[in-house]
Amino acid sequence: MGEHGHCKEHLQQFSDYIDGELAPEICAQLEEHLQECDDCRIVLNTLQKTIDLYHVPGEEETLPEGVRSRLFARLKLETRAGDSPRE
Amino acid sequence: MNTGRQFSPEFVERLVAGDMQAFSDLVDQTSGSIYGLGLRMLGNAQDAEDVLQETFLKAHKALPNFEKRSSINTWLYRIATNEALMLLRKRKAEIRFDLESKEEEEPEGEIEIVDWCCLPEMEFLSEETRVLLNQAALKLTPALRMVFLLRDVQGFSTQEAAEILQINEDAVKTRLVRARTKLREELSGYFRERLRGQVMNG
Repeated sequence: MGEHGHCKEHLQQFSDYIDGELAPEICAQLEEHLQECDDCRIVLNTLQKTIDLYHVPGEEETLPEGVRSRLFARLKLETRAGDSPRE
Repeated sequence: MNTGRQFSPEFVERLVAGDMQAFSDLVDQTSGSIYGLGLRMLGNAQDAEDVLQETFLKAHKALPNFEKRSSINTWLYRIATNEALMLLRKRKAEIRFDLESKEEEEPEGEIEIVDWCCLPEMEFLSEETRVLLNQAALKLTPALRMVFLLRDVQGFSTQEAAEILQINEDAVKTRLVRARTKLREELSGYFRERLRGQVMNG
């Protein structure tokens, strides 16, 4: 413990590992290393948790009240000029 | 993958032909996410609303010339990200402070090794944590923040993010790992204190 230099070197690999974009042989090597290195395991797990905390499923993104009506009002006003052909 | 927002070729045809109902559907299906992107990118509701309105006004104007090489969704996000970055540049010019160059050159600090994954779930869901997450993201440079928002918050693939930002996939990956690393460090510092508090409270 206390020597974290090597954990830092693995950061790019951790990121690729989380995305499932690591080449199979490097992935196997990393998993082997993770089994014996507590520090790297903590860094990987907290990196994954960081990403999970920020993720917002698309369906949860809604417009606050008023924003939608103002958006449509502005779109109607500025598209009424007739520059768009109708079907 | 941002699979929730795939549009059929027929729908795209209607959009390009100027069908207002199709355009209205597009707005309803994508405006929440685009507003969210603006909000996290700019950090305030008024700017997010400006980005939202400008994006759809520009999209409406440009739709008749839409070339179906990219998907409507990535095309729309390209407009939105440009709008957000333009407004951010304007804001930065107003406060005469160049965040970009300073932060990009900042050397990486020591790496935090704190296992905070074990904290109770309610710690992660608190309002305080929500505020911290937003503040931490706003500390990133715009270039790093935009990649992080597209990839990890909104779920676009590396390829899609590269297409939206018109940079290569390696640049997306490099920025993403830097953004993730910086955020993990910020969160580790914060949750380290939460863990200490837990121990002290028994």
